[in-house]
Amino acid sequence: MAGGKVNNSPKILVFSTEKISDPAIDMAGLLKLHYPPTVYTIPVPCSSAIKPRWIMHALEQGFDGVFIAADGTDCPYGESCTTKTGEIVRETMEQLKEKGMDPARLKMAAICSVCSEPFVKHVKSFAEYLGKEKEVNAVE
Amino acid sequence: MKKKIGVYICHCGGNISDYVDVEKVRQAVENEGGVFLSKTTMFACADSNQKDMVSDIKEKQLDGVVVASCSPKLHLLTFRGVAERAGLNKYNYVHANIREQVSWAHSDNKTGATEKAIHIVKAAIAKVRNAESLEPVKVQSTKAVAVVGAGVAGMRAAIELAEAGAEVFLIEREFFVGGRVSQWDDLCITDETGKELITRLYDRVMQHKHVTLFTGAEIVENKGSVGNFEIKVKVTPRHFKLQCSGGELQKAIDVCPVEVPDEFNFNITKRKAIYHNYPSEYPQLPAIDMKTCTRCGKCEAVCNAVDFSQKTEYLNIKVGSILLATGFDPYEPPKGEFGYGEIDNVITLPQFKRVIHYNDKRLIWQGKEVKNIAYIYCVGSRQLNGDNKYCSRYCCTSTIHTAITAKNKYKGIHNFHFNRGIRTYGKAEVRYDESSRLGDVYLQSFEYDPPVVEARDGQTFVKIKDVLTANKELEVAADLVVLVTGMVPRKDNSIAGLLKVPKGRDKFFNEIHMKLRPVETVIDGVTIAGASQGPKNIMESMNSALSAATKSFSLIDSGELALEPTVAVVNKEACEWCGKCDEACPYSAFEKVEKDGKMIAKVIPSVCKGCGMCLPVCPSNALELIGLSDHDVESMIDVLIEKDTV
Repeated sequence: MAGGKVNNSPKILVFSTEKISDPAIDMAGLLKLHYPPTVYTIPVPCSSAIKPRWIMHALEQGFDGVFIAADGTDCPYGESCTTKTGEIVRETMEQLKEKGMDPARLKMAAICSVCSEPFVKHVKSFAEYLGKEKEVNAVE
Repeated sequence: MKKKIGVYICHCGGNISDYVDVEKVRQAVENEGGVFLSKTTMFACADSNQKDMVSDIKEKQLDGVVVASCSPKLHLLTFRGVAERAGLNKYNYVHANIREQVSWAHSDNKTGATEKAIHIVKAAIAKVRNAESLEPVKVQSTKAVAVVGAGVAGMRAAIELAEAGAEVFLIEREFFVGGRVSQWDDLCITDETGKELITRLYDRVMQHKHVTLFTGAEIVENKGSVGNFEIKVKVTPRHFKLQCSGGELQKAIDVCPVEVPDEFNFNITKRKAIYHNYPSEYPQLPAIDMKTCTRCGKCEAVCNAVDFSQKTEYLNIKVGSILLATGFDPYEPPKGEFGYGEIDNVITLPQFKRVIHYNDKRLIWQGKEVKNIAYIYCVGSRQLNGDNKYCSRYCCTSTIHTAITAKNKYKGIHNFHFNRGIRTYGKAEVRYDESSRLGDVYLQSFEYDPPVVEARDGQTFVKIKDVLTANKELEVAADLVVLVTGMVPRKDNSIAGLLKVPKGRDKFFNEIHMKLRPVETVIDGVTIAGASQGPKNIMESMNSALSAATKSFSLIDSGELALEPTVAVVNKEACEWCGKCDEACPYSAFEKVEKDGKMIAKVIPSVCKGCGMCLPVCPSNALELIGLSDHDVESMIDVLIEKDTV
């Protein structure tokens, strides 16, 4: 993996949603709930709109992990969102396995518009997991 | 590709610059491809800076603008406006959030925060480099509104819309108007009856020449979108001629041999197949329920007004907006919940209200006089295990009001309220006070330890561990147990499927934003009012009805609508129609069309909501969302992953 600096926090790309999870991430900042600054966000209208190729692109270009902050059942575009986002995750994980990459580098959780604390908890534990993996890989 | 991008990095007083080295950010991005100008500013949103930006854009002929400041939820529209005022198409503006998602979130790590800000601003530059000018999708709109449901909310909205100058089609599925409110007698706090409210609203509806009321009617088809909905309305005949004399009518009802449970009285009484719910009901013309009528012909023989030749009609109507005010159903407890359906003196609150209506001097249920009444609160609301997690809002007030009514109307009534905390909020609090002074007894438990109803020795007992008396076990021998049932969505809510209106976790219709956009749905042009959106009392329903009417009217008033152009687009070369996008689209925004000898998908821009659900399902990657193309996303990713510069 690029860099090789063990004490570097892993880079995580978050796909947030404009109406639901992005406001929660904004509020995490407002509440000064800290998380690693190597977490970057790209907002999309709905988590069912994320193309697997974008996730693959991020992971192949050097992001250590991708986190989908999904709309869950709060999606303003309808009930099918949860299933559809799940399907995107499933398909991408297949692709990761085929390429011999760790499918756990992709993570998804439903983040409601006030779920700031759960968001921070999720990205922190995800960063911790990715950090350990990074360390193992660096040693190998 | 843009060559003259202006980048503005905001201090936000110190909100950003206390943690992010904004000058360092500026230096790091000034040599990015396409950047022509880069500045830091104390307050980007301040009037003076906005003016500076306008003159920069004009004088230096900027072709793209980035502001790195607070969340786009606060100021995206502000800076789009700046671009527009300077003559630059507003879609050439991209916003970078370096406050909520950088300086505040990482106030513990200044180096990290600065580094992140640099990456985010670079990503915004990468995106604006590729941005294109877009024009809003313009559609003509019809100055008419369909209001679905003629209860209090629907009628109030219809009157408001008609007075504002819209043509209104008020569509009621039942043969009579008034909805749930017509089923109530005295209302809290005014002591007017529900019927009186309905009469006043109905009179105004009928006086207004721009309101057309359909009863026995429902929308069965819907095409088009905001500004131009084409709906098909099915109107079921009531099989009565307009002129009908009271005497003959009563004879017709008397001879009808069919008896069915009367839903108007929540099935505690029976009615005939020919019916009206109460004598002065509107429209004042009875109806024949053809689902149960046996066509025996006895009514025709005694009443000239009966007319079986009337046929079901279908009307095609064009409207610019649809306002849904379809109301609620009372929660129906399953058999055995607190003895309901098993013990014969366990009834629901709506049933109890009708029992009071029919009993004048003495309160009689199943032939026995009632003295001790036990009310069990929160049945079907605030459920520990069921799906209904919400509070139904009206029930505490309604129960206490009804208990007082019973006490004042009949002698020797004792009320026992088995509650989980009383919520007679706002002006209704005086009723709680009144009931306490009248000697009503309040017993309380938590949701995990509800009261128990049991029948023994020919009597019904309600037992509770009362938290107000240190968990003492108390028991009441009740002549009548009233289950205080909450509100649930209409059993038949097929209209939501037809219009593709989303439902929330509670299965009621869902607004876009609970606080900021409370009566709009993601379906442009479809607004929601009253208890169709969630439990509401009459006052709250009126508030939402008036705001939904205003919102619907604002959409159709000008005759032309401008819609967001950020919709899905199809790559005509790559598309080989497979239909997967059509399946994934919640709004039916795709058409199958022929292009250069093959079938391909086409997006209808006025229907597409820009959600992007179609993007990942396309096997040939022929779909992109404007403003979120593969190029947009992947170039942002490439920039975000670049090595640190600090």
